[in-house]
Amino acid sequence: MLSYLLLALLVLTTVAYYAGLSRARAFATASGHAAQHSLSGYHGAFVAAWASLPSFLLVILWLLFQGSVVDQLLISSLPVERIKDLDSGQLNLLVSEIKSIAKGNVFGEPDAVVLAAAERYNSWNAIASWAMLASALGLAVVALVVARSYVAPRFRARNEVERIASVLMILCSLIAILTTVGIVGSLLYETLRFFSMVSPLEFFFGLNWEPQIAMRADQVTAGGAFGAIPVYVGTLLIALIAMLVATPIGLYSAIYLTEYASEGMRAVVKPLLEILAGIPTVVYGFFAVLTVAPAMRDLGAALGFSIAPNSALAAGGVMGIMLIPFISSLSDDALNAVPQSLRDGSLGLGATKGETIRNVLLPAALPGIMGGILLAVSRAIGETMIVVMAAGIIAALTLNPFEPVTTVTVQIVTLLIGDSEFDNPKTLAAFALGLVLFLATLALNVLALSIVRRYREQYD
Amino acid sequence: MQQLDAGSVQVLTSLKSSTAQTIGEPKIVARDVSVYYGEKQALFDVDVNVPRNSVMAFIGPSGCGKSTFLRCINRMNDTIPIARVEGKIAIDGQDIDDPELDVVELRARVGMVFQKPNPFPKSIYENVAYGPRIHGLARNKADLDRIVETSLQRAGLLKEVKDRLQEPGTGLSGGQQQRLCIARAIATSPDIILMDEPCSALDPIATARVEELIDELRQTLTIIIVTHSMQQAARVSQRTAFFHLGVLVEEDETSTIFTNPSDQRTQDYITGRFG
Ligand SMILES: Nc1ncnc2c1ncn2[C@@H]1O[C@H](COP(=O)(O)OP(=O)(O)O)[C@@H](O)[C@H]1O
Ligand SMILES: [Mg+2]
Repeated sequence: MLSYLLLALLVLTTVAYYAGLSRARAFATASGHAAQHSLSGYHGAFVAAWASLPSFLLVILWLLFQGSVVDQLLISSLPVERIKDLDSGQLNLLVSEIKSIAKGNVFGEPDAVVLAAAERYNSWNAIASWAMLASALGLAVVALVVARSYVAPRFRARNEVERIASVLMILCSLIAILTTVGIVGSLLYETLRFFSMVSPLEFFFGLNWEPQIAMRADQVTAGGAFGAIPVYVGTLLIALIAMLVATPIGLYSAIYLTEYASEGMRAVVKPLLEILAGIPTVVYGFFAVLTVAPAMRDLGAALGFSIAPNSALAAGGVMGIMLIPFISSLSDDALNAVPQSLRDGSLGLGATKGETIRNVLLPAALPGIMGGILLAVSRAIGETMIVVMAAGIIAALTLNPFEPVTTVTVQIVTLLIGDSEFDNPKTLAAFALGLVLFLATLALNVLALSIVRRYREQYD
Repeated sequence: MQQLDAGSVQVLTSLKSSTAQTIGEPKIVARDVSVYYGEKQALFDVDVNVPRNSVMAFIGPSGCGKSTFLRCINRMNDTIPIARVEGKIAIDGQDIDDPELDVVELRARVGMVFQKPNPFPKSIYENVAYGPRIHGLARNKADLDRIVETSLQRAGLLKEVKDRLQEPGTGLSGGQQQRLCIARAIATSPDIILMDEPCSALDPIATARVEELIDELRQTLTIIIVTHSMQQAARVSQRTAFFHLGVLVEEDETSTIFTNPSDQRTQDYITGRFG
């Protein structure tokens, strides 16, 4: 049904375009092109836009609301004595039963009330679909006729089309913004629910993270402890190790690439570094688990200390490798943006290449490099796959890189794995962790981008 | 003059015979200098003597190799991978390609000022202190302060920036920035300054200040200035060299070049028939 409707709208749009076009052409030939404000094509586009966009919008809104409206009708049509002592959960169950019967999946022996309701449900839905078809097409035709009547030699179709286009663009960006707002809103809502069960004081300052709680009333477990400090410390430890690996290697390779490498070398090394950025993180994850961690354990054994198989060092080190291309490509951009004239000025004063890099290029490129480093940090604390595979899940409060630690993202994954309902603190804790993670990476990104932007303006 | 190798002696001898009329020893002697960028030859067998404590102007249409030749004198062409320089250049009789002479020392002695003012994104003080710092010319902070002050003084900038030495050099006006770059070059106490169209990005008043400055610096320094303005060449220089298509066509007293050139191409250029 819907696809026919869209097809019909498409046809109508085409018709509308030619309707506008032909009317404008008629004017053009009658009165000469000079008297016409806009090219005929603009008139066509104007009529086509009015014929298609409003009814398209109508269809979207209709589809959004049809479900809930029909549901409400269905519930209110059920006999009062049948539903008066049902709670909301049981009512939902009844409605889904009616719907599945309406689709033709009948289990057991449904009673007559349910069967009748299913029939009503089907017929309402059919009516709604037809009504949508009729009103959408009707709206399109009316809009077409009205818009076409606007077409006149002095009508400013160009400006109108421009305005419609800009409204469309605003709508598109609104979708992105609204999605973000929606995500943040749901995070906030669930987090507030979490904090109504667990005190924020415990969450932000508690040193003990043991989110296991009783699933059934008769189960013997602790009540669960939600002190998130060990989780944050673990996250920061792994991010720190990653940055200690990524920053020097990324920065030095960027310096090598911009200042020392020959054209040929650059053409080979740069794409290779970019391949590093294209490796899926899950591949880094098993690289960490299967190669790096055992190698570290053996190395540790040879040197006489014990390194856990899922140490922070292995996860952080591999994450650092993943971040090298980030830092190197942003530093590379920053160094390249430093004007050649500054290099010449320094070399012309008798500075060596190294002195020029140290004293002029790095200070000048520092904001851009800092921006790159901050973006990499925000990647590091948000990275999930490597740590899920290579770091631990036990939240030990330690700064020892040879011990297993856990991170925010790992905890979110473990909290939400398995079937549990969204009304206990264990699952809701994931939202609180997620919100804090989101706020941290958001702050880092905003800071990094503002630094990078300020720096760009400096030389443009 | 203490470290003459066979090459420079030869250069010097040939120079004595060819320029007997020049008073005193020339500061810079260039013989058969050719420059190639990859396959393409940009400069063809340039011979020229630059007298000491004077200003020589290089004029000629764009792309004729003026900058290229200027960059030979402090070996800045070494920084361009595809550039190849042939021929000999001697400063005070010493071959600049002499392995004894490090290019870093050469560039400290031969300062360069570029077309677009290019102060480092550092404070005014740090801009001027840059050269003395990397060459270890100051024994202590007071010494460095003194070098910075005299350099700014000689560049005629001290009065304007005395109270804001710690402010960024990039915040100055274009003309002040260019004089800052001159001060920066002076700070390593060079005896030659190469200027590549130093006024082309400046307004007439700033240009006049820089020209005055060039005239003062001439007392102690040898200056080569590339310029597109015939009037500027006439105002600041004692001798002028005219380049065309990579060839040094004619080099003579500035007044002679502008009033009575011996080559037709020079005549055409200064009367505005091409370029
Ligand atoms: N870095 C370079 N690479 C290749 N060719 C160059 C380079 N610099 C200058 N050239 C070429 O050398 C010739 C002389 O240039 P240049 O010395 O800059 O001229 P001028 O300063 O007189 O305008 C020009 O043809 C120019 O294209
Ligand atoms: Mg030039």
